[in-house]
Amino acid sequence: MRLAGTIVAALLLADAAGATEIPTAERRSGYSFMTPETQTIQDDETANPGLLWALDGEALWKRKAGTADKACADCHGDASTSMKGIAAHYPAFDKALGHPVDLGQRINLCRTDHQKASPLAYESRDLLALTALVARQSQGAAIETGSDPQLEPFIAKGRELFMQRQGQLNLGCANCHDDNWDKRLAGSAITQAHPTGYPQYRLEWQSLGSLQRRLRACITGVRAQAYDYGAPELVELELYLMSRARGMPIEAPAVRP
Amino acid sequence: MPSALINVPAKAKRGDIIEIKTLMSHIMETGYRHMASGEIVPRDIITSFTCRYNGSEIFRADLFPAIAANPFIAFFTTATASGKFEFEWIGDNGFSETASASITVE
Repeated sequence: MRLAGTIVAALLLADAAGATEIPTAERRSGYSFMTPETQTIQDDETANPGLLWALDGEALWKRKAGTADKACADCHGDASTSMKGIAAHYPAFDKALGHPVDLGQRINLCRTDHQKASPLAYESRDLLALTALVARQSQGAAIETGSDPQLEPFIAKGRELFMQRQGQLNLGCANCHDDNWDKRLAGSAITQAHPTGYPQYRLEWQSLGSLQRRLRACITGVRAQAYDYGAPELVELELYLMSRARGMPIEAPAVRP
Repeated sequence: MPSALINVPAKAKRGDIIEIKTLMSHIMETGYRHMASGEIVPRDIITSFTCRYNGSEIFRADLFPAIAANPFIAFFTTATASGKFEFEWIGDNGFSETASASITVE
């Protein structure tokens, strides 16, 4: 009982302190929380398993698909030049749809609109491979997401979701990632939730995964009902997180424990 | 469409000890997991990895279900002559992949 009381008191204190946003100068990538061994996996071009997806992506980039019988390369040419810096702007506002789309959704829009092909399933190997290929071309580029004024209301919604307590544990993202990022949860670093390396390879997943997968895992972790893949709420959260990481360099495909 | 990443130094001096790093794309399904229906997910792993240097075997490893997905295998050898390293991965369900890399030894 006393323990439970202490936890409640601690959470109340955390609440009283308020969800204070992390000052720009104190922002840290998840990379800096990792052990040197895991950092080496990310940095070594032959040890980073995320690059296996990027390699697959290169093959898919040149493969014709859909009734238009077009490959990505037929319009966009060489990904290493045409896709340079693109991922640093995502999620981005889509004029036709009137709402922001993330990089995976943009690839699928290209598939359905221009290739006349069926969209790839969320978290499918092919979609992750193409996303990894595109995101990799922005490696080292500063995140610029959110500079478009049309995105403002969506960023605000994402921020609201980030602050909002939910689930049986009644926790909001900010309770851990703004207020307690310098502490540990069950032995793991909590980190500041800057999505600098997506799609990223998690050793826990033994696979590459999207930011939406990561967000769903966190939401399930506080015992709330996770939004479906592609839900506007997930894109708004992605958008808010990317915009608060503005200026930080892209690491995709990153490796995380 | 399994892909591999190989890192062999392009050049070395005779007698140098060089590191060879390989990464192979594979799910390494253990055979111990169950599906929602209760059935076992069938085992699908790489069982053997071999490296030949100018035709002679210099490194071999047996792989088991406890090895993580996308196995990363790194090892050392002595650069003796210019030529070719050939890598071979063999596994369940007829999995068989090869890759090669060249080295110039001065």
